[in-house]
Amino acid sequence: MTLWRQPFDAAEKATKPGQIHIDKERCKGCDFCVDFCPTEALRMSVELSSKGYNFAVVDDESKCLACGFCELICPEFAITVSIPLDNNVA
Amino acid sequence: MTDTLNAKNHSIEKYLRQDRMPHIWCSGCGIGPAVSCFLRAIDRAEIDPNKIALVSGIGCTGRVAGYVKLDSFHTTHGRAIPFATGLKLAKPELKAVVFSGDGDLVAIGGNHLIHAARRNIDMTVICVNNFNYGMTGGQVGPTSPLEARTTTTPYGNFEPPFNLPYLASASGASYVARWTVLHLRELERAITEAMIKPGFSFIDVIAPCPPIYGRMNKMPLPMDSMHYYQEKTIIRHGADPKEADITLNGPILAGTFVDIERPTFQDQLNHISSKVNAQV
Repeated sequence: MTLWRQPFDAAEKATKPGQIHIDKERCKGCDFCVDFCPTEALRMSVELSSKGYNFAVVDDESKCLACGFCELICPEFAITVSIPLDNNVA
Repeated sequence: MTDTLNAKNHSIEKYLRQDRMPHIWCSGCGIGPAVSCFLRAIDRAEIDPNKIALVSGIGCTGRVAGYVKLDSFHTTHGRAIPFATGLKLAKPELKAVVFSGDGDLVAIGGNHLIHAARRNIDMTVICVNNFNYGMTGGQVGPTSPLEARTTTTPYGNFEPPFNLPYLASASGASYVARWTVLHLRELERAITEAMIKPGFSFIDVIAPCPPIYGRMNKMPLPMDSMHYYQEKTIIRHGADPKEADITLNGPILAGTFVDIERPTFQDQLNHISSKVNAQV
């Protein structure tokens, strides 16, 4: 569907991509965040962490919509999702 | 970007003891998401963290008391609720939260659970239910479903399990809910409601135990239990807790089952003592 007219606040209300921070030393590779990410922004790494686990890494950060479910479901408290502040809007 | 954790950004990092991390729980354990929901619920319920007393017993879930930066109390096996009762009676302004496992709260501490619910003491009990005794190697517990294989019942469990929401509601709890660790937004809301609610509130959190209970019951990977919850959970608010029985690989009834108003222990005590004082 193509809109011939954009809402006035479309730019303001647009979903801003989130920033995912993963502490790879805490991650134990349970796969919850990767499997339940609604936009498939995460994947498991091929390399191992210092404790021998495959850890979650960000596959494509532009897909992240900052819903924060990975942050909530992570059993190791290893994921943080932040929304970068846009200085132009404020 | 994969980088180290920025502690200032994480909304629950302020409530965790950084020096104790990483924790001892296995990969894919359900206790982590439950703790995460509880710590978020503190902010959501707008309770002063200095007024929360977190009490936990023995077991994997008992370790929660050591990992949170609240006033926490790691008590003897099964006696988390009596210690919380004492705390609540000595300092009624504190918010007592009991965070423990099913082997602690329902097996050895089952008597305390039903009597705290009968008295309707103002506390929140979060029971992380993983269907066995995980820390000691996966023995059969009072919540293991019939025919579930555990290390002490290798041919299948033959004891009927407790139905925890039914037990709590029949004993007189004023708030009873059950959620799995996949329903985290709902769990967070339920813990918030339970903490605000005066009276005894009980939340049964179904959690996976992949390397111990799962390995014996054909769910060895953390994702297997989560997919089971995703497929088999039925959300029915206000359902009769009698129907909330758990069978092996059967449906899990989730939702808020009981939300009633009853005079709490403190209310009744104040009522009787004011009557006695009026006579003297």
